[in-house]
Amino acid sequence: MIFPVLRRVAPQLITLFALIVLITLIFPSFLNLSLVDGRLVGPLVDAAKRSAPVALLAVGMTLVIATKGIDLSVGAIIAICGASAAWAVGAGYGLGPALLIALSAGIACGLWNGVLVAIVGIQPFVATLILMTAGRGIAQLITEGRILTFTDPGFAWIGSGTLLGLPVPVWLWFSTAVLMALILRRTALGMLIEAVGINRRASALSGVNARVLLIAVYAVAGFCAALAGLVVTADIRGADANNAGLWLELDAILAVVIGGNSLLGGRFSIAASVIGALIIQTINAGILLAGFPPEYNLVIKAALVVVILVVQSPSLGGHFAFLRTALLSRREARHAPQTEEPKP
Amino acid sequence: MTNARLLPLFATIAIFMLALVICFIQFPNMFSTRVLGNLLTDNAYLGIVAVGMTVVILAGGIDLSVGSVIAFSGVFIAVVLRDTGLHPMVVFAMLLAITTAFGAAMGGLVHALVMPGFIVTLAGMFLARGAAYMLSIDSVPIQHEFYDVLQSYILLPGRGRLTLIGITMLVVFVIGMLIVHKTRFGTAVYAFGGGEATARLMGVRQGRVTVMIYAFSGFMAGLSGIVFSIYTGSGYSLATVGTELTAIAAVVIGGTLLTGGAGYMFGTFIGVLTMGLIQVYIVFDGTLSSWWTKIVIGALVLAFILLQKALLHLARRGNEVAYA
Repeated sequence: MIFPVLRRVAPQLITLFALIVLITLIFPSFLNLSLVDGRLVGPLVDAAKRSAPVALLAVGMTLVIATKGIDLSVGAIIAICGASAAWAVGAGYGLGPALLIALSAGIACGLWNGVLVAIVGIQPFVATLILMTAGRGIAQLITEGRILTFTDPGFAWIGSGTLLGLPVPVWLWFSTAVLMALILRRTALGMLIEAVGINRRASALSGVNARVLLIAVYAVAGFCAALAGLVVTADIRGADANNAGLWLELDAILAVVIGGNSLLGGRFSIAASVIGALIIQTINAGILLAGFPPEYNLVIKAALVVVILVVQSPSLGGHFAFLRTALLSRREARHAPQTEEPKP
Repeated sequence: MTNARLLPLFATIAIFMLALVICFIQFPNMFSTRVLGNLLTDNAYLGIVAVGMTVVILAGGIDLSVGSVIAFSGVFIAVVLRDTGLHPMVVFAMLLAITTAFGAAMGGLVHALVMPGFIVTLAGMFLARGAAYMLSIDSVPIQHEFYDVLQSYILLPGRGRLTLIGITMLVVFVIGMLIVHKTRFGTAVYAFGGGEATARLMGVRQGRVTVMIYAFSGFMAGLSGIVFSIYTGSGYSLATVGTELTAIAAVVIGGTLLTGGAGYMFGTFIGVLTMGLIQVYIVFDGTLSSWWTKIVIGALVLAFILLQKALLHLARRGNEVAYA
């Protein structure tokens, strides 16, 4: 069970590992870890903590992309959920109800997207564009155009607290990813999602309830965005309707693409996407450590996207596949005399 | 069928008229040449970039890089003018060459990689924004005598100001209409949006047209960047974040089908004016906050997409009846 997964995420793991080695060679202090007041601190822990929003978004985005969709509204959902949580805490509803309100707001946004895509039949890219434009307006409506700050220590703990030595956001993305992977892979759900992504009509004809599945997938993406919104808001102890989650939808898509998931839908791996998010954050950390201005980030990301697109491209993919089969057949021909029939 | 295609355009015009009437009833003062002149000036850069976006969307693609390209243009102009003695016209020519080549490169990638346009232009969006950051993070003021000439205007009766950039937008829209409706390239764009396989069978050269479409959008984004730099008198790498979405919204409100193949350049013009009018209304009202703009625009986009869906549905049903 574990080996196929490892094989699937091997390229991403190797990339991440190579990046860490590269940064460590230049800045040996990158691997420093120390225990201060019962919590681990160090650049690596920091990178893991900072990848939380993108990693959380990547979990939901992986599923959406697996259905051949895309969710551009997650950044706006972050703003909406952060704003509603901060508003609820500020209005004295207490932490529990505030979290509940934020998470339900996220799921409601996801359901809205899902209904537009699955029932009304708008292309995902356009359907989520609507909430992307209007969402920040709604968030500003909640915050009344101000940056809502709060002092609730419980809420702030989500962003900057520590649990068993590790920052809470790290636990949050890790448990979300593991839970989601278990739910999808221990049941047939994951396979059904892939089926819908590969051919919605065929899967619907063979009895998959594509409509409900699509709506559920967008709702999950909304839920993940709500979690990310809570982390972002708790981290700065304030809800900024304009800037919370800005550009994050692009980072999430990038993480999913780095994770080797095809934008044309089908097979997906949540683990690979989350590692993709870690890779993005490690690059960010590396750029900052190297003393480059953070502005170089965007250019490097753009170069990354182009490289991955070239590798993923269907037209070039044909050539790669041809090369691979040619190599494989040659290798097989060479090994043929020695190898016996493998026994199961 | 022709009738169904014209319907979104009529809906666009009807909504614009309705908005005008509402504005007129509430604020009779709104109809001065002053407000109308400002409407053109304030939306000039948006209108120009929307012309490019209309062509891309008509062809079934999308260009997400335009907002970043506008910001890059502003910074490029400001920095080059600050550091060299070149005349602005020379700088403009250089800039337009760069942005057109940038668009052409993206079109080439879209064609060569057989990837959806929005992913490739997403990379372009990062790249252009990053390039703008690299040139300068700070806002760079533009101080050049020639810019005073460019910022000139014609005084209309009623003290309205018809600025040079407002006129530029009108001219660009006319040129855009001619290109889309009267040239071979325009026909290829419509054919392409109607279906790539069909277009290929019709003899449209796929690669060339894809490159030209994105190059055209890049050129318009560059021109829009010039206009924006004249409008603000500075270059700032954080400017026009999200303009690509506003432009797409203007095109959709203008009645163009987001899947491509159907729509009119004139509709986009009305779409831009409608969005401008919403902003003017909010300013006039005074009690509404500016974030209502985003919500209203989102709602309008949704309404138009639903309208198009319904029309397509009706048209399909009509076809089935005809065949039965």
